[in-house]
Amino acid sequence: MKQVNNIAFRLLLTSLLSLCFAASALAQTSSPSPEPDKKAGDKKSTKKDEKGSPFAPEKAPPLPKGMTGSNTNDPRTNLKPGLDDAGEAAMGIKHIRLVKKPDAFQLGSDDPNDPKVNKILGQIGTSASEMAKMKKAEQLVLAQLAFANSDFAFQGNHLFLGNFYGMSIYDISNPEKPSLLTTMVCPGGQGDPSVYKNLLFMSVEMPNGRLDCGTQGFPPPPAAPSKPNGKDDDDNDDDRPPPPAQKERFRGVRIFDISDIRNPRQVAAVQTCRGSHTHTLVVDPKDKDNVYIYVSGTSFVRQPEELAGCSGEKPEKDPNTALFRIDVIKVPLASPQDAKVVSSPRLFMDPQSGTLNSLSSGAIHGGLGHGKEKPSKPRQTNQCHDITVYSELGLAAGACDGNGILLDISDPANPKRLDAVNDPNYAYWHSASFSNDGKKVVFTDEWGGGMAARCRATDPNTWGANAIFNVQDNKLKLGSYYKLPAAQGDTENCVAHNGSLIPIPGRDIKVQAWYQGGISVMDFTDAAKPVEIAYFDRGPIYPDMLVLGGHWSAYWYNGRIYASEIARGLDIFELTPTKFLTQNEIDAAKLVQLSEMNVQNQQKMVWPRKLVVAKAYLDQLERAQGLPADQIMKLRLAIRGAEGLNMNPTELANLRNLAPELDARARAKTGADETRLKGLAEILRNPEN
Amino acid sequence: MKQYRYVVAGALACLLSLSASAQQAEPPGPVVVQPGAPGQPTRTLPPSTRATLPPSSPADVKFMQGMIMHHAQAVEMTALIESHTHNKELRSLGARISSSQSDEISFMKRWLAARGEPATPEMSHGMHTPDHHMLMPGMLNAKQMQALKKARGKEFDRLFLKGMIQHHEGALSMVKELFDTAGAGQDAELFNFASDVDSGQRAEIRVMQTMLGEKLE
Repeated sequence: MKQVNNIAFRLLLTSLLSLCFAASALAQTSSPSPEPDKKAGDKKSTKKDEKGSPFAPEKAPPLPKGMTGSNTNDPRTNLKPGLDDAGEAAMGIKHIRLVKKPDAFQLGSDDPNDPKVNKILGQIGTSASEMAKMKKAEQLVLAQLAFANSDFAFQGNHLFLGNFYGMSIYDISNPEKPSLLTTMVCPGGQGDPSVYKNLLFMSVEMPNGRLDCGTQGFPPPPAAPSKPNGKDDDDNDDDRPPPPAQKERFRGVRIFDISDIRNPRQVAAVQTCRGSHTHTLVVDPKDKDNVYIYVSGTSFVRQPEELAGCSGEKPEKDPNTALFRIDVIKVPLASPQDAKVVSSPRLFMDPQSGTLNSLSSGAIHGGLGHGKEKPSKPRQTNQCHDITVYSELGLAAGACDGNGILLDISDPANPKRLDAVNDPNYAYWHSASFSNDGKKVVFTDEWGGGMAARCRATDPNTWGANAIFNVQDNKLKLGSYYKLPAAQGDTENCVAHNGSLIPIPGRDIKVQAWYQGGISVMDFTDAAKPVEIAYFDRGPIYPDMLVLGGHWSAYWYNGRIYASEIARGLDIFELTPTKFLTQNEIDAAKLVQLSEMNVQNQQKMVWPRKLVVAKAYLDQLERAQGLPADQIMKLRLAIRGAEGLNMNPTELANLRNLAPELDARARAKTGADETRLKGLAEILRNPEN
Repeated sequence: MKQYRYVVAGALACLLSLSASAQQAEPPGPVVVQPGAPGQPTRTLPPSTRATLPPSSPADVKFMQGMIMHHAQAVEMTALIESHTHNKELRSLGARISSSQSDEISFMKRWLAARGEPATPEMSHGMHTPDHHMLMPGMLNAKQMQALKKARGKEFDRLFLKGMIQHHEGALSMVKELFDTAGAGQDAELFNFASDVDSGQRAEIRVMQTMLGEKLE
């Protein structure tokens, strides 16, 4: 990378145009970075020894009997590979910009001709002509997860993009031209962020995390004198001295003061036994003085010498085990430095017997991670991966390894489990989001752990998919599954991942990231029949081996879709009208303006009584044939009249008079059309200017 | 640093020539900062800052090489199932173990190759390559393997489950040892992988314990 950067830099100095780009800290898709090797088409690999290459993608297993795979006749299926010049396909989405990952999050190498890289490339049989290209890929392979972009959050005009190596803060006041403000170096993965007023929270789980944000990790001690006869000390470690505890190590949730956006200061670092894989900001509507953080830890439990009280024992052996729980941090807003863990709810406990490990997976197939197939027998659930809270409803949905759970969070420090489900198709319950009315929950299944290709033509469309549940009387009932419809290649890591609702009134719509499967917009208004209404996708980063990349999260915020690309940077998109979505619906969605957005802390969306919202409802009623055509025409004319005549009293009275009939029709309908008719009538009665 | 000043100068030139970008260029360019420990000040780093990988540890490489050997024995054990038992449940469990361990072996080989490390430890110190496996924690010794190969039917099922539990427990202790070793387990992929091995094998142990319990009764 350094080599490329050096050359790029020299070009920068000699080109005013490039200077302009550098000055605005923008790297644009339209200006591919100059590279030493001219791209000579995309010829297939010339590797001498394809078969023996450890980098060859894993072979796809056959489609299990009775299952359906993804569609191979989709424009997304065979896109041209490339890091900077991949082919693209889109429907209903316009790509506005890619802001490349900051240099500080790119692997630097002191020596561009690093002999080690050459040795590695030689070892896997790279021809000289492919060398330059491979070098870049190789760098990416070494770098992949260590500097991966992850989740993000919003506040005002600022976007906080997590990275395994720290955080990037962007100014998005002009979404067409976002600018990087601050790159905060602070490694420890995954860097999941939340923001609340002047506080920024960040998840840390990896053993290289340091209290002081140092990048040096914990260097291994000098090599011990080699053992006689090269004998391995495989017999047990009882005689081994305990490893030195690292008091400087940090695994948990960091808290920064971001009053100065260019100079975030760490004010607290709350340690937890399993670190923090993700976390969820919880704002208690009744408590103005504190916020809470739910910590989901999924990795190993650290030793008690490092953090007192940590135990990774089975619950039968140690009732205080750090497994089978989440942690709750209370953050006093006036003194965030005093933040601490106040409870560790046992969410998987059987309330009758008090057994801590009473929940288990129902998967009939592969688990997370690198294995395709893991046991089908019940696997105990000992962790949550991600929790979404909906404080307005006093509810939370937890995606917890083998289970999806519903929680009562009216007492935020003591969430209570209301229901738990598992599912034969679900390998790893990964994330959850509510519909705006709270009557549905969309769960995701991260089959393959996100590092593997799981959207191939032979991967079942019910595995690694969304599952849409109806919530009835605080119980979860499965409606159906939704998976990215387009088949992806075997070098594209792909599975259901993070997304948010798009605030289109009258419909339940979610935009979602599928790693290298791109972005897919799902309409799940009917929980039994979710459909795709828009998408964007790029070809694989590399054709011959899986290089980790793609979109981690895709969220709608104040009129645009933002998506974090693991390897490439930050993508920004706009919705465009299609037969599935009208301009009125897009304009209505843009009316919902938030001042802060942490997707896992779900906020209720409310639309102003504007006529464009009425027009969006009308478009939907027309599409669903929920209202006769002549009625729709009459209503449209009346609305146009009111708009044209600046809402004069006559036109307003005209609109008001149309409302009672809509009320009557609404009473004869159920579901979405009922909601639309009621919403429409309400606006017509009293429209806002 | 000096070069950066040129860029800033260039930015100013842009500002003059392109009034449209004036707003963008108004604040100084992006800053690279590194916070200190809680309560400590934040440092500003030079714009030329590039990311570095956390230190790799000999223990990381040893773990991967050892786990390849370890997994290879599991694959060897599951290969016996076909000819040694008709137990359907065990057959499907074996197929899954075999498939997941083979996948993990490919991953580990890839990880080692990407770092220029061999898939098997280099034998130094004049030690001759053993014709049996070098034993990693939990691996069955030659006698245990022999007994497993000889057994058939229910006796095979019992020995297989007992052996595989012992084998998986060994993998857990390897993961624990990795994370307990100073300086080890800081590579992101390795961390991710070892965490998966830990949760995956824990789960399989539970399954096998249940099966074994049923068999013994």
